[in-house]
Amino acid sequence: MASTHPIDIDYVANLARIALTPGEKERFSRQLGDVLAYIEQLNEVDVSSVEPTAHAFPVVNVWREDEPRPGLPLEKVLANAPASREQMFVVPKVVE
Amino acid sequence: MDYEAVIGLEVHVQIKTRSKMFTAAPAGFGEAPNTLVDPVVLGLPGVLPVMNHAAIEQIIRTGLMFGCSIAPVCKWDRKNYFYPDSPKNYQISQYDQPICVGGTVEIELPGPSRNVMGEHKHIHLTRIHLEEDVGKLTHFENDSLVDFNRAGTPLMEIVTEPDLRTPEEVFAFLTALRQAMVCAGISDCDMEKGQLRCDANISVRPRGETKLGTKIELKNLNSISGVRNGVTFEIERQIGIVAAGGSLTQETRRWDLEANISTPMRTKEMAHDYRYFPDPDLMPVEVDEAWKDRLRATLPELPFDRQRRLMESFGLPYTITSVVVPDRPLGEFFDAAAAAAPKQAQKIGNWIVNDLLRELSAAGRPITDSPVRPEAIVGLVGLVEEGAINSNVAKEVFVEMFRTGEAPGAIVDRKGLRQSLDTGELEAWCREAIEKNPKSVEDFRAGKENALNFLKGQVMRMSKGKANPKAVDDLLRALMAG
Amino acid sequence: MSEPLHYRTATDLARGLAAGETSAEEVARAVIERTQAVEPKVRAFHHRDEEDALEQARASDRRRAEGRCLGPLDGIPVGIKDVLAVEGQPLTCSSKMLENFVAPYDATVIRRLKERGAVLWGRLNMDEFAMGSSTENSAFQVTANPWDPERIPGGSSGGSAAACAAGEAILTLGSDTGGSIRQPAALCGIVGMKPTYGLVSRYGLVAFASSLDQIGPFARSVEDAALLIGAIAGHDPLDSTSYRAEIPDYAEAVRSARPPWKIGIPGEYFGEGLDPEVRAAVELAIEFYRAEGCEIIDISLPHTQYAVAVYYIIATAEASSNLARYDGVRYGHRAAEAKDAVDLYFQSRAEGFGSEVKRRIILGTYVLSSGYYDAYYLRAQKVRTLIRQDFLEAFKRVDAVLTPTSPVPAFKRGERTSDPLAMYLSDIYTISANLAGLPGISVPCGLSSGHLPIGLQLIGQPFGEAGLLGMAGHFERHHDHHLKRPPL
Repeated sequence: MASTHPIDIDYVANLARIALTPGEKERFSRQLGDVLAYIEQLNEVDVSSVEPTAHAFPVVNVWREDEPRPGLPLEKVLANAPASREQMFVVPKVVE
Repeated sequence: MDYEAVIGLEVHVQIKTRSKMFTAAPAGFGEAPNTLVDPVVLGLPGVLPVMNHAAIEQIIRTGLMFGCSIAPVCKWDRKNYFYPDSPKNYQISQYDQPICVGGTVEIELPGPSRNVMGEHKHIHLTRIHLEEDVGKLTHFENDSLVDFNRAGTPLMEIVTEPDLRTPEEVFAFLTALRQAMVCAGISDCDMEKGQLRCDANISVRPRGETKLGTKIELKNLNSISGVRNGVTFEIERQIGIVAAGGSLTQETRRWDLEANISTPMRTKEMAHDYRYFPDPDLMPVEVDEAWKDRLRATLPELPFDRQRRLMESFGLPYTITSVVVPDRPLGEFFDAAAAAAPKQAQKIGNWIVNDLLRELSAAGRPITDSPVRPEAIVGLVGLVEEGAINSNVAKEVFVEMFRTGEAPGAIVDRKGLRQSLDTGELEAWCREAIEKNPKSVEDFRAGKENALNFLKGQVMRMSKGKANPKAVDDLLRALMAG
Repeated sequence: MSEPLHYRTATDLARGLAAGETSAEEVARAVIERTQAVEPKVRAFHHRDEEDALEQARASDRRRAEGRCLGPLDGIPVGIKDVLAVEGQPLTCSSKMLENFVAPYDATVIRRLKERGAVLWGRLNMDEFAMGSSTENSAFQVTANPWDPERIPGGSSGGSAAACAAGEAILTLGSDTGGSIRQPAALCGIVGMKPTYGLVSRYGLVAFASSLDQIGPFARSVEDAALLIGAIAGHDPLDSTSYRAEIPDYAEAVRSARPPWKIGIPGEYFGEGLDPEVRAAVELAIEFYRAEGCEIIDISLPHTQYAVAVYYIIATAEASSNLARYDGVRYGHRAAEAKDAVDLYFQSRAEGFGSEVKRRIILGTYVLSSGYYDAYYLRAQKVRTLIRQDFLEAFKRVDAVLTPTSPVPAFKRGERTSDPLAMYLSDIYTISANLAGLPGISVPCGLSSGHLPIGLQLIGQPFGEAGLLGMAGHFERHHDHHLKRPPL
């Protein structure tokens, strides 16, 4: 199937925060173009009077009461951290 | 040319709950880093959010308080963006179906002087929605540290229409908002603790122009002075550029609290493609009339409504209402006292505003912890009114009431302070004062009114303060004339 | 029963344990030994802690000796797909991103299994973050189909299916977003069930597509599947989408179910692309039900043809958001050289995610991006409504819908990896049940000429698990497909 759906791969990869190699960009663009062409068939369906389904079995007002429970002990909070200091997670410099 | 600013606000207010918005981890401020977190707050793989019932109720109360229409059904959306303070890299928020729409906040502008009430205005709200707060970043030279204690705290975003025109109005809006929120127990709105945070959309235009100028978003107005100074600076900056023939470009600027300037923020590329979509992990909220009615019944009288009522039913002056009203417990204290003696409401007000607040402040105690209760103030005013004590003695009695918590009548009796009504005794003291101070008598007769005050002082001292100063005055004049 | 312990059913073992004919430790040892013997060929597990399993088994034996047996699952080894959080155990989702992640909490289903005394056994291989239909997308290893090591076991729960089929566990848990339990169950010749959306709590299941994901069992008999599903089902306050449904005794429902039923056959599931041998096996099953007095009714599910398209929009959109949290800040893979926080995201995610995951995140990000939401996501949700309505309409006339589970038996490794769309179409018969939120079960219904298992799928009404298991159990009772073992 020819790709009729050029996807702006740089824009999307940037939104998704994934660095792609030139090879990946080329391959994904082509493969996703095929998938988008396949998805195109949805345009045949008349959905003008159809409500979207967000939940298969929607119920409303599912909540809990405002009762606090102790959180995770600190050592478990930081156990999986790639880097931590002073009980906090370390990240490279954030440029604002 | 004369310019005016057009200002709209986005105010974030943390809701005071015991647990977080979508999980049972405790909410709080000032704890050691990362001790108010659980797997949900940290966005660990596999976790799911569950709504906090109390937070939903508080935002509905907020909406009812400001006359918003409450959506019969609202849903949750994910706002997708990457930032290190955001544990899931999406924020659960409400996009196209906020829970509160419309409404107004009444504000009071500064009057011509501190004692005179200013103009009241109604600022229109666009919407109020509920979301979760993010964590906190601390920046260092080479890296940044993240604390997720704040993450997941219930946060409401209040968006106003561009109804505000001056920094004073912005300040008045935040003041009114904070007073209402504190009054209703929804938030403490402590800006120092980040419980109230403000961004402003500011543009300027020649006065009379109806088209809006270029909108600049000003962020980080997170202190009282920051709001005033930041908005003032930004308006002047914009007017300066436009008046000099320059043009502005739409951008986001950040208020630099230390340098007292606004600086452009590094524009996040495509920052506004948030890819909102309904959060599949959460069910919608449905609000029916019965629920609204139940919540409406829990709302207190709003500060400005209380002010109007006090002025109308008791004829209280602004100097009293402006002090009593903004503080809900103080207002309730006044109401309790005034209800017992409506005719003395103004005197009660004076006692509260002048004496009680002074003593409380000196003792560092809140009104809720006052040793003097409303009924004691009523009693004290009654004693003065019936002539049992004079107002100087009353001041002394009040200090004792505050110190011991005793009833005013008991103090007066214990200390024998009841005003002397025996004219014989009074006449004897007056005669003694005249005899012992011939020079003063002479001066008085020569037309020096001050001399009378000296003689009165002598009599009051002899009576140990129990004499009625008016009676002393009358008698001295009569005796010296005779 | 002449079956060795590792191939016996949980139902049978529970009887044996109760009668004192065997011990949980003995069962655990049998399963461990079997695993040691066949795992070099099957490669279903990422992680096994034999000592821990034996200790759990011994604890079970002690409970039983003290008269505190926790029910039929007490002492039964249950293998866990590496997508469910078990406190203190690795949770990798077969991704380099989570290679060193250790879960600090239990999934709700795991807590329930612990409360019922099950022996939690190992971490089972899968397609990375459950994205795939062959388990070839695992970052760590390729799992073989026990029936033919050259072929894939199906996916994404390939490790769970292969381990159960090969006797490396008595029961296993998987997750199903578009067929990830039913398709590998069919391809490995065992029973697999996806419950109604909301029947089983998702708390602790690493999310792929939140509105479609469900946890479910793999078993070597329908009654075993019923036993496991009964243990994990039920309302959970930690999952807002968890349904407040009564949980009947599913195993009893299997034992007591009797025909006749009204069974719907959707023409759309028997068209182009269906392997003739699969068609023949499924048609034989239809004839069986007819002979049992069931009414076989031709039905139409006209929007089925759009299911794959709808699925790949909704599932990837949700996934793009669900997987945003893997950024190298709080946990997971962190790129070594990042010049700032933004760069950290780009590099960590580039290094931590495999190709299929990246592909789906890109697609999902695209369909949600500014200007495309209405055309893709919103439209897909509307067509999803139509797909669901097709089923609900059909259920006015029928008790269940019968289809093939997979259009083809297990395919060869590498056969479809270069063509994502072809791979996506492997799930064409299973996806609709996820979109409609309906329960679906796959049961073995024959072997191909190449000696590969074939599965039939029954799709039931919302929360109609008991009836569905009964129908499947009735088929099983009159056939021996489920007793065939792979030639390992």
